[in-house]
Amino acid sequence: MSTNSSAGVHTHRDDEAQKMGMWFFLFTELLLFGGLFLVYSIYRFKNPEAFAHGAKELNVVLGTINTIVLLTSSLTVALSITAIQKGQKKLALGLVLFTILCALLFLVNKYFEWGHKFEIGIYPGSELLRAIPPGEALFFVLYYFMTGLHAIHVIVGAIILAFMARYIHTGFINSDYFVLLENGALYWHLVDLIWIFLFPLLYLIH
Amino acid sequence: MEGHKPHIVDYATQVKVWVALVVLTLVTVATAEVDFAMLTVAVALTIASVKSVLVLLYFMHLKFESRILNIFVIVVMLVFLAMIVFTFFDYIFRLSHGS
Repeated sequence: MSTNSSAGVHTHRDDEAQKMGMWFFLFTELLLFGGLFLVYSIYRFKNPEAFAHGAKELNVVLGTINTIVLLTSSLTVALSITAIQKGQKKLALGLVLFTILCALLFLVNKYFEWGHKFEIGIYPGSELLRAIPPGEALFFVLYYFMTGLHAIHVIVGAIILAFMARYIHTGFINSDYFVLLENGALYWHLVDLIWIFLFPLLYLIH
Repeated sequence: MEGHKPHIVDYATQVKVWVALVVLTLVTVATAEVDFAMLTVAVALTIASVKSVLVLLYFMHLKFESRILNIFVIVVMLVFLAMIVFTFFDYIFRLSHGS
């Protein structure tokens, strides 16, 4: 708590507590995806061949590119915090905008990836999924659900980062008050963390 | 670690972490082609865990945060781990009893 005597107003601020609140929210997100990872692991344990066969259908090249896109975006949003702390406003803004660009690139790649799967008849409820062994169909349903829920998080993250960019532009986020940017970045890193596990589990293990 | 002055992580450190993350990604893609039999999943998950620790410590600044926040994160990870381990105990036990 501190008093801002020059403006004559009493301000109450606790950056530590704000960050802790954000972390608590991230824990609930972790357990949400954690539950899905558990479902995936159990069904994989029960249908090893079907899951391995299904995983071969996924595009490893697009998956790898998207992994690197997300890792890079995580770096740029982390760098933007350093920039704002050092008072380099323009650099911070540029880095956040670049992060949003990476989020869009990730979604475009996902669009092509999913689009191709739809073309060859692999989508929830399709004739093909009803014809193939149930274990394999289960893999694709989990693939769509997990990457889909992750993609929703990418969209939400991009929207949050757009607000951050606006706040940096208006000076609401500055070298003295940047906990909002830190929390926005924490959300974005969570999106990256989840992908770090989704990528090997879905695309690589076969 | 308790300091109220924010810790500024320099640019170079974060770029180095990014390089490590990209290298680990390429390693995990390369090792996926190799058949380690039972260990394939373990290798992939170990690399993913190392990557996530790097993200947590440097990008998410846990290395520079208060001890209590670090304890929170570790406790949540342990709860999650317990959830997985105990569920698998159940499945493996049932399997070995043939039902």
